[in-house]
Amino acid sequence: MSLLEVSDLTVAFPTDTASVNAVRGLNFHVNPREVVALVGESGAGKSASAMAVVGLLPEYAEVSGSIRLHGDELVGLSDQRMSAIRGKTIGTVFQDPMSALTPVYTVGDQIAEAIEIHHRGTTRKAALARATELLELVGIAQPDRRTRSFPHELSGGERQRVVIAIAIANDPDLLICDEPTTALDVTVQAQILEVLKTARDVTGAGVLIITHDLGVVAEFADRGLVMYAGKAVEVATVDQLYRDRRMPYTAGLLGSVPRLDAPQGARLVPIPGAPPSLAALPTGCPFAPRCPLAIEDCRTAEPELLELAGNHKAACIRTDQVVGRTAAEIYGISTAPAGAAPAADAAVVLRVQNLVKTYKLTKGVVFRRQVGEVRAVDGISFELQEGHTLGIVGESGSGKSTTLHQILELTPPQSGSIEVLGADVASLNTRTRRALRGDLQVVFQDPVASLDPRLPVFDVLAEPLQANGFDKARIDERVAELLGIVGLQRADATRYPAEFSGGQKQRIGVARALALQPKILALDEPVSALDVSIQAGIINLLLDLQQRFGLSYLFVSHDLSVVKHLAHRVAVMYKGTIVEQGDGEQVFTAPAHEYTRRLLAAVPQPEVNRR
Amino acid sequence: MSEPITSDSATVAKSGVEVGTFASRRTLVFRRFLRNKPAVTSLAVLVLMFIGCYALPPLLPYSYSDLDYLALQQSPSVDHWFGTNSLGQDLLAQTLRGMQKSMLIGVCVAFISTVLAATVGTIAGYFMGSRDRVLMWIVDLMLVVPSFLLVTIVVQRTKGNIVWLIVLLSAFSWMISSRIVRGMTMSLREREFVAAARYMGVRNWRIIVRHILPNVASIIIIDTALNVGVAVLAETGLSYLGFGIQPPDVSLGTLIAAGTQSATTFPWLFLFPAGVLILIIFCANLIGDGLRDALDPSSRALRKVRK
Repeated sequence: MSLLEVSDLTVAFPTDTASVNAVRGLNFHVNPREVVALVGESGAGKSASAMAVVGLLPEYAEVSGSIRLHGDELVGLSDQRMSAIRGKTIGTVFQDPMSALTPVYTVGDQIAEAIEIHHRGTTRKAALARATELLELVGIAQPDRRTRSFPHELSGGERQRVVIAIAIANDPDLLICDEPTTALDVTVQAQILEVLKTARDVTGAGVLIITHDLGVVAEFADRGLVMYAGKAVEVATVDQLYRDRRMPYTAGLLGSVPRLDAPQGARLVPIPGAPPSLAALPTGCPFAPRCPLAIEDCRTAEPELLELAGNHKAACIRTDQVVGRTAAEIYGISTAPAGAAPAADAAVVLRVQNLVKTYKLTKGVVFRRQVGEVRAVDGISFELQEGHTLGIVGESGSGKSTTLHQILELTPPQSGSIEVLGADVASLNTRTRRALRGDLQVVFQDPVASLDPRLPVFDVLAEPLQANGFDKARIDERVAELLGIVGLQRADATRYPAEFSGGQKQRIGVARALALQPKILALDEPVSALDVSIQAGIINLLLDLQQRFGLSYLFVSHDLSVVKHLAHRVAVMYKGTIVEQGDGEQVFTAPAHEYTRRLLAAVPQPEVNRR
Repeated sequence: MSEPITSDSATVAKSGVEVGTFASRRTLVFRRFLRNKPAVTSLAVLVLMFIGCYALPPLLPYSYSDLDYLALQQSPSVDHWFGTNSLGQDLLAQTLRGMQKSMLIGVCVAFISTVLAATVGTIAGYFMGSRDRVLMWIVDLMLVVPSFLLVTIVVQRTKGNIVWLIVLLSAFSWMISSRIVRGMTMSLREREFVAAARYMGVRNWRIIVRHILPNVASIIIIDTALNVGVAVLAETGLSYLGFGIQPPDVSLGTLIAAGTQSATTFPWLFLFPAGVLILIIFCANLIGDGLRDALDPSSRALRKVRK
């Protein structure tokens, strides 16, 4: 008998207008020591399913169907009964290690608390001793000292280890991991996956992992459930899923993942359109509106999960059309790099030399005294050529964003020089600086934060134009043109940013950056907040725009695969310095620096045979 | 001013683009406000009341100070719509006269103090540094000044001059809100859309007007609407204590003060001025709500959930 048996699970969130059906009839099981992954884009119902298992959905959620753990029904249990199961039989690891720990208690106390709750007889001392053991198990150095640390004294990776320690404190039979690595750096991500594997081996628990990262699935999971619009659309072992996917959606998801082995300029296969609203699903297959293979039958009835071979199931009637074809063929898109590569001797548009940015560390409230300084950027130099893309890669805290903002400020740096389009920023006055701003624009990481929620799209796009003295008629003309360039509708201009999906918002961000026809575009992690299929569309858009307008990109990212697709040259930053710089191809295939090698090795790849 | 960077020959190549005018935020907000029936009605009522209190008195047979000895303590009748008081003064005329004062004070004080609060708060929060320190020092200073005493002394000296009343009341009612606005501005200036605007070359004051103010608008608008009430009540309180409007002139405050003594026996003396006061404050709040909803694109959905 399997450890966890979920059948016909439905979760609905009632709203005033219509009920949002987050999960619509999900069946799966998890065996002991087995890792099952729920994969899908945001809004596919993965988290709702997992939270239904642990009984952590909000009270107004309507859950039906059956969830059996060791044969015992969990649906309909009171919160009190569930509390006896949560933390004891089911351990949970959450996405954000920053908010999963209480800031006012030491980590030792928090682990001990998890133990004491379920073992009333345990003494404080025994619980703390066990906490130390657990910290050692999850790979925290000097565990006996670290039990007395507060969460803010630990790094993100260490905090996630503590969360895992809490989850396995009572030797659970089932471990639920909700995007356990999403908020972490690549190298840390790889370590956390290792810790999770250890945790599974030590406890012998079955693992249910929720992720949107197909690389993580390939590294860690045994079986995968691809979810779309609240249903499993393809169920298979990870091996089958990557080698022989049958559902067009799975093919599209895999095709839209940027890969480390792709040449610069290679285009990705985005899935057109956006996921359907779960409140008003169309009749028929919910994927049909986005599916290139959809036929009339797809739109009339929603297909059930059909058995294909062994344990391989797909909810699609066109699976025969998917077999043996690449995602690009299915979606009818060419992935070959379009257009010619820019000239190797193109003019330099941005030159940074020995740039330094330090922050003072001060102590004391009344008498502030300097106790040291943080060298956020420590003497870096690079050049960006016209029509080229320079990728700056590094983990959080490496100083890459600081570098970018230092350049965008267009003010003289603390030390070193920045030269934009031949003009040294130290020699600029207010007027020339404003003129230069039009040539250097930025796209931010978070499309939600970078658009003013109170400003309709027209005003967002018109703002840079108004600031630079365009008249009303020219502004209207240019806004209409910009909307066309990034693939939005004219009618979208009077809507507010909140009405758009993440990918569309990022398109608005790109359009705003293009408004003044800049020559250099600074891209600060422009795709890392987006779902893969949406991300692919934005990457293609960026590639197109570079071809069309001859833009130079300064591309900052922690995602090496994305950089591989876009960048001609790559600079790897580590602790404020550039440790390696060179042609993209060369840095990725023959990394010279130890840190670059570590970074590359840590990237999870959507391929199974790497284990 | 035409910058050299606007050489547009490259991109207007796309000829098929149909060029029309787009609705900007101003039109959108205006439309959304008009859709809000209670707010529009309140605005109409408030405007009517404002016009009425100046336009009606000359048309009435009695002025606010005339005494009708044939009708003392009369309940509302055809001759005296709102009734009369113990001296035979017509209460409708008096209420209108009182409204002139009270509405002027309420609207002006609310407006001035909110503008002050928004200006000081956003400047301090956006620019930080020395400007912030100086402005916040002034705020702290104003907060510790015993405002009520100061107002009573000055008003008594100036014999209830309404301009002084407005100036003093607004000077002492903006500090707390400016602190709140400053706090919100400080968190907003770190947001990426402000950075984006800066990098696009938008001038600082324009960023404040276009990005900061609309995003703190909900608090500012609520503040204004509440301030109308607070100012009218402050004036009422002062008049009640004998410091505000001096007799024979009347304000809603003095009328209510006179009416409270006989609120149960001759209720119209109290009910009409008090009712008008409530109506003014109620309308101001509804208008504020409507404005806030019009400015905040997400407010409509929120309201749906609440119902």
